[in-house]
Amino acid sequence: MQPFTTWKAVAVPLGMPNIDTDQIIPGRYLGVTREQQKEGMFRDMRCNEDGSPKPDFIMNKPAYNGAGVVVAERNFGCGSSREQAVTVMLDNGYRVFIAPSFGDIFANNCYQNGCVPAVLPEARVNELLRFLLELPGAEISVDLASQTVTGPDGKTDSFAIDSFRKDCLLKGQDDISLTLSYDKDIAAFESRQKAEVAWL
Amino acid sequence: MSQPATMFEKIWRRHVVVDRQDGYTLLYVDRHILHDGSFFAFERLKQVGQKVRRPERSFGTPDHYVPTDTRNVAAISDDRQRLLVTSMARHGAETGVTVFDVGDRRQGIVHVMGPEQGITLPGLTMVCGDSHTSTHGALGALAFGIGSSEVTHVLATQSLWQRKPKSMRITVDGQLGFGITGKDVILAIIAKMGAAGAVGHVIEYAGSAIRALSMEGRLTVCNMSIEGGAKAGMIAPDDTTYEYVRGRQFAPKGAAWDAALNQWRSLPSDDGATFDRELSLAGADIAPMVTWGTSPEDAAPITARIPEPSSAPDIAKREGIERALAYQGLTPGTPIDGIKIDRVFIGSCTNSRIEDLREAAKVVKGRKAAVPSWVVPGSGIIKEQAEAEGLDRIFEDAGIEWRHAGCSMCIGVNGETGKPGERIASTSNRNFVGRQGRGVRTHLVSPAMAAAAAVTGTFTDVRKLLPN
Ligand code: SF4
Repeated sequence: MQPFTTWKAVAVPLGMPNIDTDQIIPGRYLGVTREQQKEGMFRDMRCNEDGSPKPDFIMNKPAYNGAGVVVAERNFGCGSSREQAVTVMLDNGYRVFIAPSFGDIFANNCYQNGCVPAVLPEARVNELLRFLLELPGAEISVDLASQTVTGPDGKTDSFAIDSFRKDCLLKGQDDISLTLSYDKDIAAFESRQKAEVAWL
Repeated sequence: MSQPATMFEKIWRRHVVVDRQDGYTLLYVDRHILHDGSFFAFERLKQVGQKVRRPERSFGTPDHYVPTDTRNVAAISDDRQRLLVTSMARHGAETGVTVFDVGDRRQGIVHVMGPEQGITLPGLTMVCGDSHTSTHGALGALAFGIGSSEVTHVLATQSLWQRKPKSMRITVDGQLGFGITGKDVILAIIAKMGAAGAVGHVIEYAGSAIRALSMEGRLTVCNMSIEGGAKAGMIAPDDTTYEYVRGRQFAPKGAAWDAALNQWRSLPSDDGATFDRELSLAGADIAPMVTWGTSPEDAAPITARIPEPSSAPDIAKREGIERALAYQGLTPGTPIDGIKIDRVFIGSCTNSRIEDLREAAKVVKGRKAAVPSWVVPGSGIIKEQAEAEGLDRIFEDAGIEWRHAGCSMCIGVNGETGKPGERIASTSNRNFVGRQGRGVRTHLVSPAMAAAAAVTGTFTDVRKLLPN
């Protein structure tokens, strides 16, 4: 996993609540290879059936070219557990998601892939959404060590992140290698459980 | 005396491997269930050079990608789809994980298979790389969905890093009205609390209306916990649960059964246990529900009308309603009862169990389907049971297609989708844009309401069709 320290990129405003992972990547892109899934990002919002881009969809506006941050309303990434919703965004250049709340599994999947789901207060998110619409192509920067998001207005907000997750992101450490260092504890748990819950 | 504890708290505490200073817990996973979409996690396991730590704790069955018109997997024309379906058995053989493959009567939707096989039991921690793992909480287990990387992690370590979620109790008291099912209860709950209403929480459903539900009804309620944003949903085990579990293949037997039962009886939340949040509904107020929009929170009683965007409390909500109605092709103010539909799907991990099929058959019996309709049982065992009861004849006599077990049109990744613009009355759990195929308009309903829609060709209050 790629370590995450700082990130600065053009931010796309997605001014809708409850953007589910079926929107981020439709079901028909789930079974394909990672290379093939890349074009599935927001496919049905982004493209017509023949694959031509919908000019009105915000990600298709030239000013947002090369974007690497999404700002969205509440409950971004709700619904299906498909990790492809994170990897397809990552493969298209996004590593930061900002919203008042996230689907739990989506947020966990971000941590597994070196992405940051930053929760900011609803009022601030709305302010950022307005800014990004008025100043298309404006950038947002994130500093993980200090847990801050700086908007195009120069205003800095801090966001909460568990120190466990922050550490893993900063180091680019994946969970499995960490957990293997607890192997003794797992084995001890298993022998305890065997004694207490013999029927399992 | 120790502090009164919730059921969630008790199960959590029993599964802590390590509690770190930073608030993270390594939680032990008792049972892990897998499906054909877990392909990627198995492949990843190989890539990182790990083995399955406890193969006897994992159980798999292909469901998402299997065709439901045939059991002939070799005939799947799409190479990738065939690879995903057949890999489940191969991965099982390679790793020692038990797999119920296509052709085995135990094959089915992973969340139907788990409880049916006695893999899901009270007091267990369970995970699956699928968000509807919340289903299994209906038996008093702590069960939640995880992503693919976490599936690999569980395969390798039989554990998972977790931050303890908050707790929420949703109480539904009183008696449910005639024709009201678990599906209507959960849709009414989500309509009330919103699709993000329970984010970060584990829900315990309580109250007399919940207690009175059958196991099937409870599974339906817990299934859609995720649609309210919850991490998990649970219901305290009781005699209904024990009766359901007894004798199933992977459930304890003999002396072990007695020991297990003894432990299970201590699981329900203690009197005086406190929850971070509480919500309550009156069971008697719940009507048959239909979703009109593109989020499960967009649910209304069949007696209601399509909402007027102008009635929304703020601009954002108004725009949300407008967007949803534009996609769904609906006019504000239209009575829901009477809206024409194009197609019906009865199935999915929400509503494909025997009781669901019985309820649908009761409505269909002696009538004819007015629109193309499918019934897709949740497992091979349910299919057999339904056939033994003659339910398949009732559906087929009505012109409804009786199919094989799988996820089918709930998600359509096996190619079984609706056509653009089609309006589908569906017993599944997600009415997201494009969920059942590009441009398809999904309306979530109970099996009885889906059956009523099938035989009338419109949304119809099923209470008018049911024999009293
Ligand atoms: S039936 Fe639908 S919701 Fe359930 S596991 Fe299958 S695809 Fe997911």
